[in-house]
Amino acid sequence: MIRSAVLGLALLSAAAAVAHAAGPVAAPNDAVVTAETFPATLSEYGFFSDAPGQVPANRVTPYRLNTPLWSDGAEKLRFMYLPAGAQAKADGENLLQLPVGAALIKTFAFEDNGKRRLIETRVLLHRASGWVALPYLWNAEQTEAKLALAGARVPVTTPAGEAIEYRVPNKNQCKECHGLNGVVTPIGPKARNLSHDWLQQFASAGMLDAVPAVKSAVPLWEDRDKVSAASAARGYLDVNCAHCHQPGAGASNSGLDLRWQQTDDQALGVMKRPVAAGRGAGELLFDVVPGKPDESILVHRMASTEGGVAMPELGKATVDKDGLKVVKRWIAGL
Amino acid sequence: MRITRLALLALTAAASPALAETHEIAAGDGAQARLQEALITAQPGDEVVLGAGRFLLDDGLSLDVDGVTLRGAGMNATVLDFTGQQGAGEGLLVTSDKVTLRDFAVENPHGDGIKSKGADEIVYQRLRVTWTGGPKETNGAYGLYPVESDGVLITESEVSGASDAGIYVGQSKRITVRNNIARHNVAGIEIENSRDALVTSNYVTGNTGGILVFDLPSLPVMGGGNTVVRDNLVAHNTTPNFAPKGNIVAGVRRGTGVMVMANDGVLVEGNTILDNPTAPVMVVAYPLQFKDTTYNPYPRNVTIGANRVDRGGYDPQFEGKEQMLAAFGGALPPVLWDGLSQPGTVAVRVDPSLKGWTLGLTSQGGGLDVANVKPGPLQVAAPDASVTLTGYGAPAELEARLVP
Repeated sequence: MIRSAVLGLALLSAAAAVAHAAGPVAAPNDAVVTAETFPATLSEYGFFSDAPGQVPANRVTPYRLNTPLWSDGAEKLRFMYLPAGAQAKADGENLLQLPVGAALIKTFAFEDNGKRRLIETRVLLHRASGWVALPYLWNAEQTEAKLALAGARVPVTTPAGEAIEYRVPNKNQCKECHGLNGVVTPIGPKARNLSHDWLQQFASAGMLDAVPAVKSAVPLWEDRDKVSAASAARGYLDVNCAHCHQPGAGASNSGLDLRWQQTDDQALGVMKRPVAAGRGAGELLFDVVPGKPDESILVHRMASTEGGVAMPELGKATVDKDGLKVVKRWIAGL
Repeated sequence: MRITRLALLALTAAASPALAETHEIAAGDGAQARLQEALITAQPGDEVVLGAGRFLLDDGLSLDVDGVTLRGAGMNATVLDFTGQQGAGEGLLVTSDKVTLRDFAVENPHGDGIKSKGADEIVYQRLRVTWTGGPKETNGAYGLYPVESDGVLITESEVSGASDAGIYVGQSKRITVRNNIARHNVAGIEIENSRDALVTSNYVTGNTGGILVFDLPSLPVMGGGNTVVRDNLVAHNTTPNFAPKGNIVAGVRRGTGVMVMANDGVLVEGNTILDNPTAPVMVVAYPLQFKDTTYNPYPRNVTIGANRVDRGGYDPQFEGKEQMLAAFGGALPPVLWDGLSQPGTVAVRVDPSLKGWTLGLTSQGGGLDVANVKPGPLQVAAPDASVTLTGYGAPAELEARLVP
């Protein structure tokens, strides 16, 4: 870790030196972000002053989510880019409203022989035509990531020690999660799932118009055993499931709505019968049976890795044991 | 983007229809990536053409571009083989409008076969979805599965082995399901929470239940009805139910021919319904309790017209079937009604040529196997000529896309 930080610094200074020699510091290429094309490599965007080291360029701000989407235990590095002069707008507790020209960048990494190995970087680009989601696959040398429209499979070992064929999603699969009412939208950077400090700093830097008031924030995932079972589980379900399980999204036809702000028990699956779960329901009758996690379809599907049963359908090859524990604890206490 | 593309499409159509491109994809190494990339980079109006052969796929495929045709060399010549599938909930997922799928097969998908969601004006022609191991609980749920769509035409296709429904149309409207074969599924053909459907000239055999027209509570789209089930051959649906227990079709009894549940305006006529030993025709209310106050659990204005049926329910899957059979002389009459109706409405009218019986239930929500069943002969009105259904079936534009 220290070594990579040192390496990162060294690269940073090298990049700075180059940038200094060339003139301005490294900055993303706005024309590449907004043109209606599919750039072939990640480097064309210029989001990083050192991409292998994941050192962001000017106006590319790292952020984290209070509770993140779980992806087979991948380490994730998230960045938000706003072009010069542009500003995000707060919308209460909801998604930050990012202007055309903005981008979200997310890199997925696993440890390999004690070193961080970058697997893929996904970009969400806000263009005049709307948001576009594109996946970039890192090469074995870790020098460049190339567009992988059709996705890929990459053998990795998860932090839990499981060897899997990690799935890099194809462009359509990006939309399966990021689609809402027929258009692509960001999911993660909702004010309720960002730290107050980060929002404040972002606003002070002039990148955000105002610090939104958040009454009910999604808890920090590492605090899951300290907060209420409902808060931890509902935060987890919102982040891991609700992008599909809400009206207008990929699994709207299920009638299940797992958003943080949903208050109706039936919509949340309590004593709700499945609709088109098919064999995913197993021998069970209801999505959530209060007090009985092991009789709840929600738990059954989270605990499965079998195609046609496992949930989420995408981005999961192994069971999230911590997530499962949190959801079971919530159901047990209902 | 969509508007721009449509405008471009209209422009090119007017100027030179030849601008549409054909992307040919052969089976063999890298088929997954080559095919998926073609489905992503295709432009509206393009055709993606699959060569003959077996495409070994390890992930689901998806199409999200309007107006694309995906076609193969025939439902037995081009096979998308998902036996080694590692991810995704279905073999092929379509999420764009005006798509045509034709002349290929999908085998052994781990979840559903071909799903189209929010994909308006879709045509499925000469497709085959097969779970090659026969009926098994571990098979995927649905074979052909359009949902939340306006304009669906499914024709000349074959589905077998689905652990739920072979052909399942859900939460959609303006639907035609015609000239298909559905066999060895739990439900052959199911029209669920949908309106304006025509189910005609299908061969539905060897399933647990043949043709189901259902409406279920707590869904974004409810109020199913205005549906015609006509001129189908519904025969030998005698396969024991192999759906996992939690599934709504797990409650379908072996030997159900045509079943209508909680719909408004359904006509069942001209069908040949043979060897369906629980009930050739069943008209019932939703049998379970529910909380959704906007849901109507009763059948309303269901007409069972003239159908060719055999002797009826000779081996019904009901508790106390021996007494029932004895009471009716060895076989239950062909038309079964549970006896429930919404006050002020007519649940079912039956052609006088058909005999029927009622379970004599007096309250909804207690299931069908209840102590207070009071079986008796069916005495309901004959079909009312003034009750006619109109405006059902897929739009003509979809028919125009079919090829001979």
